[in-house]
Amino acid sequence: MKLVAKLGLAILPVLLIVGCGSKDVKEDVAPVGENVVVEDGGATTGEGTGGTLLDDSQAAANAAADADKDLLAERKVYFDFDRSEILGDYKEILNAHARHLIATPSASIMIEGNCDERGTREYNMALGERRAFSVLQFLTLQGVSKSQISTVSFGEERPDVEGHDEAAWKWNRRAVLVYSE
Amino acid sequence: MKKSVGILFVLFFAWINQASAALVIEITEGVEDAIPIAVVPFKVAGSNKLSTDIAAVIEADLARSAQFNPLARKDMLAKPNKPSDIKFKNWRMLDVPNLVIGEIDKKKDGSYFVKFRLYDVYRQKQIIGYGFPAKANQLRKIAHKISDVIYEELMGVKGAFDTQVVYIKKFPNKEQKPYRLYLADADTYNEQEVMRHDWPLFSPTWSPDNSKLAFAMAGSRGAGIFVFDVATGKAPIRLTKRSIKASAPSWSPDGKKMAMQVLANGSSDIFVMDIKTKKMTRIASHWSIDVEPRWSPDGKSIVFTSERGGSPQLYQYTFSSKKAKRLTFKGRQNLRASFSPDGKMITFVHLSENNGYNIAVMDLGSREMHIVADSSYGESEHESPSFAPNGSMIIYAANYPQKGKKGKKTGLVAVSVDGTVQQHFTDDGVGEVREPAWSSYLN
Repeated sequence: MKLVAKLGLAILPVLLIVGCGSKDVKEDVAPVGENVVVEDGGATTGEGTGGTLLDDSQAAANAAADADKDLLAERKVYFDFDRSEILGDYKEILNAHARHLIATPSASIMIEGNCDERGTREYNMALGERRAFSVLQFLTLQGVSKSQISTVSFGEERPDVEGHDEAAWKWNRRAVLVYSE
Repeated sequence: MKKSVGILFVLFFAWINQASAALVIEITEGVEDAIPIAVVPFKVAGSNKLSTDIAAVIEADLARSAQFNPLARKDMLAKPNKPSDIKFKNWRMLDVPNLVIGEIDKKKDGSYFVKFRLYDVYRQKQIIGYGFPAKANQLRKIAHKISDVIYEELMGVKGAFDTQVVYIKKFPNKEQKPYRLYLADADTYNEQEVMRHDWPLFSPTWSPDNSKLAFAMAGSRGAGIFVFDVATGKAPIRLTKRSIKASAPSWSPDGKKMAMQVLANGSSDIFVMDIKTKKMTRIASHWSIDVEPRWSPDGKSIVFTSERGGSPQLYQYTFSSKKAKRLTFKGRQNLRASFSPDGKMITFVHLSENNGYNIAVMDLGSREMHIVADSSYGESEHESPSFAPNGSMIIYAANYPQKGKKGKKTGLVAVSVDGTVQQHFTDDGVGEVREPAWSSYLN
């Protein structure tokens, strides 16, 4: 039972992040549902054997890895207008990517910085670069080697969502993590 | 089977070329007291027919300036071609004070000689007359040159008809290489594609002598500044190193240096490159964003956009003092400035308190700013202003988002510096037209 509660706590933030961070909710919710089923089974086993703490921690480790898997599936972080600070909602996603990059030194990523259409093209090139760099800084502060990361700015040239209002703009002010493994 | 595929392929490209060539000119607001003028169809010697109606091109140029009101051909009482044929009372009766006549001779080698004369109808005198040799493919150009002469005689300011514009068009992503760079005459005829690419192309600009174009390309591979030689037409050549994320090129007036913005470590700085030696010198270095450098016509300073004061505003860097002073204080943001040809004014993008991206002009002497193209956000967003070579007009790109639709209409607009006259070059809607830049006077 204890374990279920723990898992619940681990999954909850994922749901929250998915809820506010993704524009395609359907696609992202699906894997979370699968995990809940698997982890419920693990919890029953833990309860049945009574007091085997080793199993318990193993399940927790697996659960953490699974939670990371979901976070790693998230490749986009979003920004406020004309800002480049990493918002609290996305720190957990970036932490998961940092853990993965540290654990996998052969992996490398390209961070693509993007802006909404407001403002001039060249200014947005610089703003996109600053957003990408802001993600780079966050990752290197977690211990990721700089040699694993490069950045590129597309300014306002590559909108994710077409449209000319905040409903579209908020999905275009983003940094995208692209792995090359 | 193979053969028919080949034919389809050719037709497809023919269609693309045609679709991208149509920019429709429409004058939305003109001056009330436009000057009446009659441009009589030019007589072609012998029975030759020309592909270009020179008088019609001149008429269209003058009408487009919104400062002239050409007389319709059907209203002309006579169509003289030689000075001895002119009966001034035919024009006085119509209250047309200015008359243009002309003749075209064909030479033995197939080239032409175009003669034109401008008359003051009331004084019954020739104001000016010229003869131009021309090859068959230069007849439109000669017509624009004649328009320039007429404009200068009657307005006191050199015309900017025999000039060119460069611009970018962005086609839908489903098309291959959707970013395309174009060159066209100032009336948007003779549109030629310079290059197309999958990566974003932006910030096209002219060399001071009009012989070259510089532009930037973004992307994870191959970003940087490129130079295209207009005269040779050879493929563009990379100017900056592959390791440098450079964009926003601006030539020094002597053509020897290039100012640019360089992105690194989350910031952007302004650099000047010696084009011959490729040596880079940083002129504005600040932890904040410094972008969009533009050289002053006297070469002594550079105007640029900086966020050092908290929001993007315009600053002027002077080479002698090595200092930058702030130019703009009104508005949430002021960006992408460029100088008038006499260096006395700048035009730029002004984000007002109500969220609209407008085109503004500032007199650098008085520091007075005024809006020349207003934009209430949601209706249109204006961008990339630059002066015409005669300093009387500003060309910019306008975006008109379509309510309830994903795409947007785009167009080029030329507006007079006082904001009273507007010419719209409306795009055909296939590609988004962006970032126009007017050449200086051609030789």
